[in-house]
Amino acid sequence: MKKRISTSVHYVLMIVPGFVWMLLFSIVPMVGIVMAFQDYNPRMGWFGSEFVGLEHFEYLFSMSDAWRVMRNTLIIAISKMVLNIVVPLAFALMLNEVRNQRYKKIVQTVVYLPHFLSWVILASIILNIFGRNGVINAITGIFGADPVVFMQDDSIFQPLVIGTDVWKEFGYNAVIYLAALTGINPNLYEAAAIDGAGRWKSMWNITIPGLTPTIILLAVLGLGSVLNAGFDQVFNLYNPLVYSTGDILDTWVYRMGLVQLQFSLATAAGLLKSVVSFVLIVSSYIIAYKVADYRVF
Amino acid sequence: MILNRSRGSKIFDVFNYILMFILAFSCLYPLWFALCLSLSDKAAANSGMVTVYPININVSSYQEIMKDAKFFNSFWISIQRTVLGTVVTMLVLIMMAYPLSKSTRDFKPRNIIMWIVLFCMVFNGGTVPWYITVQNYGLIDNIWGLVLAGSLPVFNLILVINFFRGLPADLEEAAVVDGAGPWRILFQIVVPCSIPVLATIVLFTGVYHWNEFFQGLVLTSGEAHYPLQTYIKQMVVNIQTTNLTKDQIEQMSKLSNKSLDAAKVFIAMIPMLVVYPFVQKYFVTGIMLGAVKE
Repeated sequence: MKKRISTSVHYVLMIVPGFVWMLLFSIVPMVGIVMAFQDYNPRMGWFGSEFVGLEHFEYLFSMSDAWRVMRNTLIIAISKMVLNIVVPLAFALMLNEVRNQRYKKIVQTVVYLPHFLSWVILASIILNIFGRNGVINAITGIFGADPVVFMQDDSIFQPLVIGTDVWKEFGYNAVIYLAALTGINPNLYEAAAIDGAGRWKSMWNITIPGLTPTIILLAVLGLGSVLNAGFDQVFNLYNPLVYSTGDILDTWVYRMGLVQLQFSLATAAGLLKSVVSFVLIVSSYIIAYKVADYRVF
Repeated sequence: MILNRSRGSKIFDVFNYILMFILAFSCLYPLWFALCLSLSDKAAANSGMVTVYPININVSSYQEIMKDAKFFNSFWISIQRTVLGTVVTMLVLIMMAYPLSKSTRDFKPRNIIMWIVLFCMVFNGGTVPWYITVQNYGLIDNIWGLVLAGSLPVFNLILVINFFRGLPADLEEAAVVDGAGPWRILFQIVVPCSIPVLATIVLFTGVYHWNEFFQGLVLTSGEAHYPLQTYIKQMVVNIQTTNLTKDQIEQMSKLSNKSLDAAKVFIAMIPMLVVYPFVQKYFVTGIMLGAVKE
């Protein structure tokens, strides 16, 4: 008995550094949520500033910005969510059909490189490629097209953001599918071939059903990011000319809060996002647990 | 395996091989493009003549960077941040994951701590309260601000906990009989048995710290304190995206130096390329740990 108690003391000691770290940088900021209900004054702090109730929320909903930002966030985030499931799936299925193992391996090795490069780096290159004097305009110029300034055209910005994100992540996202593919019993394919099934039929009747649990799980877990349109990416690619279609919740909160120093208003907007995301993530975990027996720990 | 290959099947194969080539090429192209730009001369780079190979190859951009003290200062800050961040994170994660991998029978407060940890994973206070907190700690322009402000990486913690839980219990029981205490068991038995998963997380953490630019932007007061990604964001990306008229853009492009910018970008990619073979080796395990559990 005594030995068990002393072991517990050591266990507590082991947890202390991590717990303090989490306390200082995750939990203390949660206290700061009170700012959303205050007229925050940096000199008075979180405990001295005057409470104003829901004033900031009312103001928020009366702003034309709010709806624009909300619409952009949802369009970009949901498109990414869907395409980041479908495109990697299609890619994994196609790659699975490559019979030359070496070629397959090389392709697989190369395609997740962009995932490990930061949006700062990729944005600097993308801005160059799509710029006025960029590669795309050089190519279309050969066919006599006028140069387009892609990055200043608000009708092109959303597809560009969605497209480049899908491009950056498709290789990485396909890894899960490729792993699931190796789990499908090869005898099934042989049996199907003997029965006269072609590649298309095998894929449709064996591969896709084999992947269905994985697809459902990823779709459900993706729900939590409905309000995450990708701050790093948009922040590095956008400019004031495309705010009408490119400004998302996170970039707006950043500009309101840390550039224009409207601390309380930005906190209120951030809080709305946190609460909605929280509800979505928890629901998605519950659904994933019920449907796919997925457990976080 | 399949003997009777139809003509349609062969056409599909050709199409598929070409498509795979295009996709793979698209993933390598940005790298190659940055290298080509950086090795081309300034006039060619700025006028958009560089597409698939360098024009008038020279290394003057790299020579110019060699003289740029600010660039090296930022590079050094990023290296410090990445090394410190990775070491601190790994130590803390390993220590914290071990007791949390025990059952409540062995460690009573386990479940309550686990719930707090999970709560921190799915909820956060938002950018502004986080910024004000870090500011109040006096961590602006401080390397420890960059190392710690991201808080405990909870998702990685859970990966480690799950892995520790999967280790056979006999390993530890034998050590307990031999009289080893919890610290010895952790660092001499559990950690050596978990190298693949820990290596994955070392890589993820290192990549995170190297690539992170936002904290470098808001937790520093100026370019003397920027990590490399923030430096590039401010010096390279911002100039291209600012709202300018056509004339101003032309004026700017005369002053700007795309070749030099590309050289900076390429140098910032080099550490990533160096670790990439290791990332290759381990990260598939890492993703699978997070994605599927039986």
